[in-house]
Amino acid sequence: MTADLMLIWPELILTIGGLITLMLGTFFGDRNVGLYQLSSLLTLAAAAAAVVALFGIETTVFSGTLSVDSFGGFAKLLIYAASFVCIIVAPRFFNGGMRAEYPTLILFAALGMGIMASSRDLMTLYVGLELNSLAAYVLASFMRTDERSTEAGLKYFVLGALASGMLLYGISLLYGFTGTTDFAGIAKVLGGELNIGLIFGIVFVLAGLGFKISAVPFHMWTPDVYEGAPTPVTTFFATAPKVAAMALMTRVVIDAMGPAVGAWQQIIIFLSLASIILGAVGAIGQKNIKRLLAYSSINNVGFMLVGLAAGTQQGVEGVLTYLLVYMLTTLGAFLVVLQLRDVDGNQVESIPALAGLSQRRPGLAAAMAVFLFSLAGIPPLFGFWPKYLVFEAAVNANLVPLAVAGIVASVIGAFYYIAIIKTMYFDDKSDTEFPKGGGAIVEDAVITASALWLSVIGYLFIPVLAVLSASAAAVLF
Amino acid sequence: MSGFPILSLMLAVPAIAAIACLFVGDKMSRFVALGATLATFVLGCIMWAQFDIGGAQWQFQELHEGIFGRFNYALGIDGMALMLIMLSVFLMPLCILASWDAIKQRVGLYMAMFLVMETIMIGVFCAQDLLLFYIFFEAGLIPMYFIIGIWGGANRIYAAFKFFLYTLLGSVLMLIAIIAMIHEAGTTDIPTLLNYDFPVQMQTWLWLAFFASLAVKMPMWPVHTWLPDAHVQAPTAGSMILAGVLLKLGAYGFLRFMMPMFPDASGQLMWIVFGLSMIAVVYTSLVALVQSDMKKLIAYSSVAHMAIVTAGLFAFNQQGIEGALIIMLSHGVVSAALFFCVGVIYDRLHTREIDRYGGLAVNMPAYALFFMLFTMASIGLPGTSGFVGEFLSLAGIYEASSWVAFVCTTGIILGAAYMLYLYRRVVFGELTKDDVKAMADLNPREWTIMVPLAAVALWMGVYPESFLAPMRGDVTTVVARLAPAKPAGDAHLAAGKPKAAKPHGEPAHGSSHAGGVQ
Repeated sequence: MTADLMLIWPELILTIGGLITLMLGTFFGDRNVGLYQLSSLLTLAAAAAAVVALFGIETTVFSGTLSVDSFGGFAKLLIYAASFVCIIVAPRFFNGGMRAEYPTLILFAALGMGIMASSRDLMTLYVGLELNSLAAYVLASFMRTDERSTEAGLKYFVLGALASGMLLYGISLLYGFTGTTDFAGIAKVLGGELNIGLIFGIVFVLAGLGFKISAVPFHMWTPDVYEGAPTPVTTFFATAPKVAAMALMTRVVIDAMGPAVGAWQQIIIFLSLASIILGAVGAIGQKNIKRLLAYSSINNVGFMLVGLAAGTQQGVEGVLTYLLVYMLTTLGAFLVVLQLRDVDGNQVESIPALAGLSQRRPGLAAAMAVFLFSLAGIPPLFGFWPKYLVFEAAVNANLVPLAVAGIVASVIGAFYYIAIIKTMYFDDKSDTEFPKGGGAIVEDAVITASALWLSVIGYLFIPVLAVLSASAAAVLF
Repeated sequence: MSGFPILSLMLAVPAIAAIACLFVGDKMSRFVALGATLATFVLGCIMWAQFDIGGAQWQFQELHEGIFGRFNYALGIDGMALMLIMLSVFLMPLCILASWDAIKQRVGLYMAMFLVMETIMIGVFCAQDLLLFYIFFEAGLIPMYFIIGIWGGANRIYAAFKFFLYTLLGSVLMLIAIIAMIHEAGTTDIPTLLNYDFPVQMQTWLWLAFFASLAVKMPMWPVHTWLPDAHVQAPTAGSMILAGVLLKLGAYGFLRFMMPMFPDASGQLMWIVFGLSMIAVVYTSLVALVQSDMKKLIAYSSVAHMAIVTAGLFAFNQQGIEGALIIMLSHGVVSAALFFCVGVIYDRLHTREIDRYGGLAVNMPAYALFFMLFTMASIGLPGTSGFVGEFLSLAGIYEASSWVAFVCTTGIILGAAYMLYLYRRVVFGELTKDDVKAMADLNPREWTIMVPLAAVALWMGVYPESFLAPMRGDVTTVVARLAPAKPAGDAHLAAGKPKAAKPHGEPAHGSSHAGGVQ
């Protein structure tokens, strides 16, 4: 038991750090933003350091319910990094309305996501997922006086509960027909004859997880929640939980359902193509930048699923690289959105108001253009590389029709990305002014760094990324 | 061959200058851009001088393995690439000069986009790694999208979107083919892939995927419709670079990838290329005849010229391919010059309507002279660059198929018709309109652009050997690679029995082996 505890330092640190942060907020009041922000950031940094320290250990703890491996480590590092940024940018956004619950909830969500990414058992999977979800529901409605935020929270909760129900139903079927909740045990049974109960179990589990990664047709909540939630929270939703849910889905599909390729592959292919196409088509008419980025995330999840559909180690490497690049791009894009404030300091989310942004804020527009071209996967921007990897995995796994359909649909996606660039660069200046706000050095630094990294520099990191993602993916095979 | 990384330097100079242009302000950026493009041109000239004709197939090679992990930073050129790079670096300073006064808004960004474009074009032609090539090939969309969209004409947004999405749709299919090739051959190295024999069945699919992409870039009928829109809306320099260099990417891809890598498929599917080329030559020439917009007319004439290029390439013989290459170079210079000619009068009257002009020979004699020269070069008058290319490629096509040659030759006649008709309406006739009367002749800046273009068009027409010599070895390699897949032509040429050579009977032409039996 003690030996097991030594291996879950990241989770322990997050738990203790979250509680400390909560206490600090209670004792010193919500005004002392710096104090509890610092404690939450330190917690995340310490947890990340613990993950790095544990890198290279491949084992399971607590009777095989939780794994300690580099796959989980990779996902956790991304999750913690995204959480870190989302905590940094929050005080400026809430503008005095910041409360200690915000970093606390993010820490607990990060804890839940860490468990999701390393679970090896249907029960730990569910515990991690719910810990994350409960924190997320509250975060979505964090601005309790704002109607849209409350609506987003409620919608997220109702649909999330429905999805959890489906997931649980699937879990119960899988347990009932295999007699175990252990991934390895399930895989052993699925290697034999499949009966209708098992297939239903697989379908329901994948449907529940599909909700979490917001794959079509379980995506309906995404645009509304992204639009309604406070922007730092949306930034969080678009990055960390995506990584966690995608890592979880990969683990479930490869580890638990691996032998039943015929059963899950078609489902993943359907989810993938539907997400790519609907994510692209749905985005075209959007007038709100946050809604648009929601559709963009649906679209990108579709591309990740192309890699997962291949079901090979190469595919999983592609998914992991995709997650990293997608997370950086999305963080950057949302930070740009955070900077869009008019003269009165109000957030501007309407796309037509961005007209002529390149003349008012050339740097910001250039960074946004880099992020959008990168999301569209146009080389030489680095967003091309993960797309290449997932399509390569699909082609090598003889899924050429999927690759062709996916890549052709990516052209539809390119349309709306370049439409925003058109608004920023080609259109005449709109009436909205975007004065440069003060005190955003960190935001500027993150935006600049990720834009530069995504422009061309990222290609120099391919060897490092390849080693990391290969060592992480190898765990599952 | 020295180990000096001249190709990397040529990529770096415009790239660094592009970044500089964003920060130095509008006035200064013009000089930075001009300086950088001239410096790159000088580097190009040094490279041409150092190029060892008849030496190794690949020269100036640079290879850094592993810095991109899965693919390499591998550069290198053969004669074809050398000539196309020369074309790009030659046109670039002229484009910058052409936009000197015409562009007044956001000059820094404009110059940066052109310099990025230059880096990308050099990169496309010298990449020796398949993925590196694809990255450069696709990257060209971004600066062109901005150039058309920001500084274009009234309908620029439609044109920019159409250009972007049309060409993107084509190239993504090529990406799938590239992935399949890398998987099959296990390497991304282009020289290795050139000699790799893909299974015949697979070749057909790969060929079709590449064709989907390159036919759009080329552009071939019926996927050419983005070109007139893009040309009409683009600023003058944008049209110059689009017609001058970007249109050559398609033909370069045919010659570099499709033909040597998939020779069997090329042999089987050559009828598609011939068929589309024949339609394009006749159809787009006829369309050009009825245009009332000067730029649109020249854009359609580009499609017709490119169709002769594709037909010449797929003749699978030395003359056909050499001729196609000379047309590419000649068209690069001449169409850029013609677009500049349109730009000159557009800057003065702000319309491209042919009917708004007339009688320019009276008040703009120098302009009329240059315009005449380029018109003739476009038609293919002997002594100009157009003649050499068209004659060689048609001779090659004739050997492959006399019917295709017959149809393509009508393109020359129609070409003469629409170009002369354009020239008559713009330059000759009565000088009646007051605003046209007020137009001044060429200024020194415009002279500076016209003279080099005219000099090269004449040079290529009088002594094409300078341009053919570096490419000959590469063409021979491609022809040899294609030989097993080459169908028999219908023109059964037989060498005559020449009388004993007279001492003064030297062949006048550099490429004297034209017309031989193969």
